Amino acid sequence: MADYNQATYDTVADIIAEVSSIDRATISPESHAINDLGIDSLDFLDVTFAIDKKFGIKMPVEKWMEDVNEGRAKAEEFFVMRNLVRRIDELVAQKATA
Amino acid sequence: MRLEHFQLIDRVERPDRDGKTIVCRCQVPAESTVFDGHFPGHPLLPGTLMIEAMAQASGLMVLAMFDFRRMPLLIGVDKARVRGMVKPGASLEAEGRLVQEGAGYVAAEGHLTLEGKRVAEAEIRLGTLPFPSESLRDEARKFARATGLI
Repeated sequence: MADYNQATYDTVADIIAEVSSIDRATISPESHAINDLGIDSLDFLDVTFAIDKKFGIKMPVEKWMEDVNEGRAKAEEFFVMRNLVRRIDELVAQKATA
Repeated sequence: MRLEHFQLIDRVERPDRDGKTIVCRCQVPAESTVFDGHFPGHPLLPGTLMIEAMAQASGLMVLAMFDFRRMPLLIGVDKARVRGMVKPGASLEAEGRLVQEGAGYVAAEGHLTLEGKRVAEAEIRLGTLPFPSESLRDEARKFARATGLI
C-alpha cells in the first residue's frame, strides 16, 4: 500500500504538469521535482502558488530550502513527489486542527 | 510615466500597508518613442505596458509589505484583459490588491482605470526575493520616496 495519498498525488502531479509544461506521464511518485523534472526556482514559485491555492495551505518552501542548504535535511525529504505529497497532506491536516 | 526607463508609476496615492492594497497614479506621456510604432499616426499605450503598470503598482505594495527586505519580481500573469484604449496624455489609476501570500511569492489583483472606467485587469504573481545587493535596495528606497510610498 502506498505511503501517500493517491488523490493528493494526482492533484499535485496535474498541477506540476500544467504549470511547468511537463508531460504528465513522466511524473512518478519517485520523481525528484528539481533533479528529475527540472523545475527551476522561479517555476517552483508558480507550482507553490498553485498548490497553496488548491489546498488552502502555505507550503514553507523557503524553510525547507534553508534546512537543505544548512544540512539539516536532505532535498529528497521535501522534493521527491511521494514525500512532497505527504508533507502537503500534513499541512492540510494541521490547517484542519488549527 | 518614463516609458523609456520602464517606469510606469509616477506617484503612490493611497498606500495601505495593513490592508495590503495600493493605488498609484500613472501619467501617460504626451510623447514617447514607444508611440512611434504603436501605432504610426494613431498612438496608443500598448496593452503590455498596462499590465506592467499593474505589476509595478503591486510591486510597490510588496516593497511596503516587506519593509524593503524583499524585492518583487514578476513571475506570472493570469486572466489579463485589456478593455479600453489609452491615448497619450491620459491619467491612469493603477491598483494592486493582495489576494494570496506564500513562501517566496505574492499574488495580487491588478486593476487599471481611466476616469473611473476599468481599462485593464490581471492576476499578477510576484516572486519575493532577497535583494541581491544593498545598492539595489537603496535604489528601491529612493524610488519609493520619490513616488510617495514612504
